[in-house]
Amino acid sequence: MPAVIPYEYKYLRAKKRFPHVWCPGCGIGIVMGSIIRSVHAMQWDLDDIVMVSGIGCTSRMPVYVDFNTLHTTHGRSLAFGTGVKMANPSLNVMAVMGDGDALAIGGNHIIHAARRNIDITAIIVNNNNYGMTGGQFSPTTPPGARTATTPYGMIEPGFDVCKLMEGAGATFVARGTVYHVTELDNLLLKAFRKNGFSVVEVLAPCPTNFGRANRQGGPVEMMKLLKDNTINISQLKALKEGQADDKIVRGIFVDRDVPSYDERYRALCVKAKKEAEAEK
Amino acid sequence: MIVPWGETRLVQGNEAVALGAIAAGIDFFAGYPITPSTEIAEILARYMPLLDKKWIQMEDEIASISALIGARLAGSRSMTATSGPGFSLMQEGLGYACMTEVPLVLVNVMRAGPSTGLPTQTAQGDVMQSRWGTHGDHPAIVLAPANVMECFRLTIRAFNLSEMFRTPVILLPDEVIGHMRERVRFPLRDEVHIEKMPVPDVPVEWYEHYHDSATNVSPMASFGSGYRFHVTGLTHDRQGFPTRKENEVNAKMDRLKHKITRRLDELEDVMMHDLDESSVVIFAYGSVYRSALAAQAILKKRRKKVGVFRPVTLWPFPDKTVKENLDSKDVIVVPELNQGQMIHEVERMTKDSVRVVPLHRVDGYEITPEEIVNAVMEVI
Repeated sequence: MPAVIPYEYKYLRAKKRFPHVWCPGCGIGIVMGSIIRSVHAMQWDLDDIVMVSGIGCTSRMPVYVDFNTLHTTHGRSLAFGTGVKMANPSLNVMAVMGDGDALAIGGNHIIHAARRNIDITAIIVNNNNYGMTGGQFSPTTPPGARTATTPYGMIEPGFDVCKLMEGAGATFVARGTVYHVTELDNLLLKAFRKNGFSVVEVLAPCPTNFGRANRQGGPVEMMKLLKDNTINISQLKALKEGQADDKIVRGIFVDRDVPSYDERYRALCVKAKKEAEAEK
Repeated sequence: MIVPWGETRLVQGNEAVALGAIAAGIDFFAGYPITPSTEIAEILARYMPLLDKKWIQMEDEIASISALIGARLAGSRSMTATSGPGFSLMQEGLGYACMTEVPLVLVNVMRAGPSTGLPTQTAQGDVMQSRWGTHGDHPAIVLAPANVMECFRLTIRAFNLSEMFRTPVILLPDEVIGHMRERVRFPLRDEVHIEKMPVPDVPVEWYEHYHDSATNVSPMASFGSGYRFHVTGLTHDRQGFPTRKENEVNAKMDRLKHKITRRLDELEDVMMHDLDESSVVIFAYGSVYRSALAAQAILKKRRKKVGVFRPVTLWPFPDKTVKENLDSKDVIVVPELNQGQMIHEVERMTKDSVRVVPLHRVDGYEITPEEIVNAVMEVI
């Protein structure tokens, strides 16, 4: 894991907003560090970055980073972000969301943002439950898992976030974890570079709620689970069929070049003016 | 030229709203189809790309108002249009815009409810929702046009007030007004005043997104302008960061209230006809105001003198003016296309000796002048 480098402080509202709200052992801070390093690598001006979020643990992130930051209502970050991006396409817009925020209450918005291919980077921190409200089940809680609202075990199947986003039309889809941080830095960098709707799902532990309810141990044990239960897509090729069926695959699943909504809207304005001129 | 400045045209109410928005300098529209407001979105979809302005149909009304707020924070003047069911969905974003003090214009062409109700016949059932629809104490500015010219004029005023007060403004025509066609003489471009919110000129490190000022409204920076700031629906301090400190919370909530209550003169807009000579007054707004004027003319022929009082700005309610002008009357007839909403405000501002008589209609049809005449004849 990269050391905490002084430049990271430049991106934080270090004097104003800390200490943060996240529990000991939470993975969200690692995602924030990774975002900062990737933004630094992009050499974006802080004034040109907009971080949008919804409601939940992950959605508290914008208050700590020194960008233009917009903490919205539950599930709506991509709808707000769509307005920001359309109003000023020169801004670099990213949305940070939890699994419940992005896929339950925000499910409608995320599929349409992907279909529209608006140039926003969506970062979904998936910790398998609603942390802020005390660990209720979310659309990514695995079958059988215990949460505050599934005391007898989860009976609903969960979403595969990456497949969902691929089907909805996202131009870049990837999965990483907070254990594989260097890999995550690279995934985020590629997502930021992508022109179009890009999604990075980041698996993260919630030791306070999900980990405790499912007896997965403390932060260290949960990190080890991320290490042991996942496999990079490149390693998959060396294995025989069925050998990695119990593993969650990391890496880039979709990377395609399609004109973004902004480009198509600009073209529409040109076409509209031509047609109006022809009618005269 | 999209707005026919200086010309006379036969125009529909919704069309006049769309043209008013263009006249006011709309930069961004987001909406979701719903009758009887759809013409507004359709007309803007045709014209806005010609002006390089942004137009988008979102996946629902919640997304529409959310996109509006995002766009305004990035510097674009924004409007949406909807009707009852969509207005209910927009309450979430409306509250967020009130809390974060983001100007926007929301047009709700009222149809009969509750729920899907009578698509798409007229009603005035959203009068209280437009005041109290979103949760928590919040400011509200609501304007109700009664003819097509006013659809144009009040849309511009809605944009102006939203910028002056840094808050959402609701335009509340009923279906009759949205769908009727009238002859409109458009003003010359120079005759129309457009307000623009001041932008900050302080050094970046001094910028407070919610600065204290005499007007209770402070200049607002945009994303990308070099002023970096935080926006949250959590109760926040002057910089915009979440707070639970009693003094900061109270300061915020007081300011939200005072920016309306201490500037009522700029908001009040009423029309009064023959109040001085009449002991009976018809209190009406929107399309019902037209019937009230017609009823007044019929009654005049029968040598019965009645006055007509109309609030154009529904909220904030013109408390003082109602009290001053109606408290001395014998009878006030309040015809409304609902089961009685504004009538409670009239009762609140008049003493017990004033007889306040309701006249309701909720079957989707307009209140006719004859119905008002009959109601007046019963009490006169």
